[in-house]
Amino acid sequence: MGGWAIAVHGGAGVDPNLPKERQEEAKQLLTRCLHIGISALRSSLPPIDVVELVVRELETDPLFNSGRGSALTAKGTAEMEASIMDGTGRRCGAVSGVTTVKNPISLARLVMEKSPHSYLAFSGAEEFAKQQGVEMVDNDYFITEDNVGMLKLAKEANSILFDYRIPASESCSAVVEAPPLQMNGLPISVYAPETVGCVVVDGQGRCAAGTSTGGLMNKMVGRIGDSPLIGAGTYAGEVCAVSCTGEGEAIIRGTLARDVAAVMEYKGLSLQEAVEMVIEKRLDGGGKAGMIAVSSKGEVACGFNSVGMFRGCATEDGFMEVGIWE
Amino acid sequence: MGWAIALHGGAGDIPRSLPPERRQPREAALRHCLQIGVAAIKAGRSPLDVVELVVRELEDNPHFNAGRGSVLTSNGTVEMEACIMDGNTKLCGAVSGLSTVKNAVSLARLVMEKTPHIYLGFDGAEAFARDQGVEIVDSSHLITPENIERLKQAKEANRVQIDYTQPINKVEEAPLPNGDSQLGTVGCVAVDGNGNLATATSTGGLVNKMVGRIGDTPIIGAGTYANKFCAISATGRGESIIRATVGRDVAALMEYKGLSLKEASTYVIEECAPSGTAGLVAVSAAGEVVMPFNTVGMFRACATEDGYTEVAIWPNELCD
Repeated sequence: MGGWAIAVHGGAGVDPNLPKERQEEAKQLLTRCLHIGISALRSSLPPIDVVELVVRELETDPLFNSGRGSALTAKGTAEMEASIMDGTGRRCGAVSGVTTVKNPISLARLVMEKSPHSYLAFSGAEEFAKQQGVEMVDNDYFITEDNVGMLKLAKEANSILFDYRIPASESCSAVVEAPPLQMNGLPISVYAPETVGCVVVDGQGRCAAGTSTGGLMNKMVGRIGDSPLIGAGTYAGEVCAVSCTGEGEAIIRGTLARDVAAVMEYKGLSLQEAVEMVIEKRLDGGGKAGMIAVSSKGEVACGFNSVGMFRGCATEDGFMEVGIWE
Repeated sequence: MGWAIALHGGAGDIPRSLPPERRQPREAALRHCLQIGVAAIKAGRSPLDVVELVVRELEDNPHFNAGRGSVLTSNGTVEMEACIMDGNTKLCGAVSGLSTVKNAVSLARLVMEKTPHIYLGFDGAEAFARDQGVEIVDSSHLITPENIERLKQAKEANRVQIDYTQPINKVEEAPLPNGDSQLGTVGCVAVDGNGNLATATSTGGLVNKMVGRIGDTPIIGAGTYANKFCAISATGRGESIIRATVGRDVAALMEYKGLSLKEASTYVIEECAPSGTAGLVAVSAAGEVVMPFNTVGMFRACATEDGYTEVAIWPNELCD
């Protein structure tokens, strides 16, 4: 077995014109989260605890799209989802449609440990949260001024992108003619990177993964993405742990997280090869996504085909990296 | 090569002592639904249309745990879920938490075809159903007296009963060994003569489930999966099927390890899913069909172009 390893992400698909100070803020947050995870690993916390701890921190900080700072539904509300999986025993828990739970990742963990089920959603999930006594807040707590502005822009952008009355001809606006970089049907400037996540392996080769998100900006109420789906946004088994981010629908169709593990198990690929292959081959139809992964041997890998991905990783031998672009 | 179709009405601890009055209507329904599917495939309908059609029929049948006949949550309500997937395009749609939509599988198809998303749940899915004008019924239409009794007994036994088939006999009050009796869920997979594949699965979930519980059925790669190699619909204990990513793993073993459909599905059912928890029906692009399970029985039926037909509940025991 190798040593421990940890990776975190704050979403794939970044506006290339993101102001420098925002880039710095993001890097600082990723670094802080890595350090939280590293000290937890050094104190011998189990990987599942480390993942939960780090994702809670990412949820609580308003910078990324999860918990506070979640992207908003078309109705202007926050509907969050999360999942967590322990590679040891492949136990898992997931939640969707959570509107008042401060830390959805912790509720997902409780579903795994305290319910007979592995996935609870909407009012049933909220009810369970109350029974379990987790911290509840008003939906307003999650809504930031930034995201209210982004929703407005997303609505305007959608009305352009989906308005078929406007012919896509030379007489038309530049927006239609030369659509800028897009993710999930939105110009990337109003796209809130979907999702935060963390993957961890400890010195004994035990893996765990967690993912949390506010979902897609301007999404339909009730929309479920890849983050809570085991095998899509999140997966952990004996050989590796994976957390994905990007265009949810492409990630679901490609069963991205499970496929990293599957090509390692069934094809004998290394972690790095598996991540590269899955990003290259499993995102058919031009889907954009990224992922972080660790193996039971203590390797760490990251891959994306989007423009940028907020990510960071560290290993026991002292390697540490935080980045946004390729 | 040739067309093939398989369908199921749930896997589980189906007692061999199942009385004829409970067995026969289900066998008749399996046979009826198979005929509908075969006729549609022969008429040249696409596999996607065929699986939707067959699952609608299974949903409408009160003897199976989907649509009318869905089992009840701990609150006595119905919360249905369904999923559909096309193999060639890997387009898919899923819904959860439906309480008034007559045919959940058709709403899943509309999510696939009419929204930018794949998966809608609960109020948002119900609102979408109304936007789309699908058939809406009162929840009471979906609730059968048999399921009211099952919930009552499950509550008395204070456990989540995995579906159904027959209410627990009050005289033999002792709960069954691992706490479940039989399972529910319906599903259908189909392949046409050109190797086009599709799958669909629909369920009411677990008896006495918590409100808001989502199982394996609507999760692409767990209860439902199709690509250009094969199409799979699984049934059983949802939590086990999710962990083992049963649907995707059958396909992944074919894709990454070169296994045949039979080898891949046998491996997943025997090695990956815990014993007593899962069954599946699957077809391959080459027109093979398999229906493995590691439970006591599975309500199942299949037919292939070369004239083979099977309707069965327990292992190696065809129905008359």
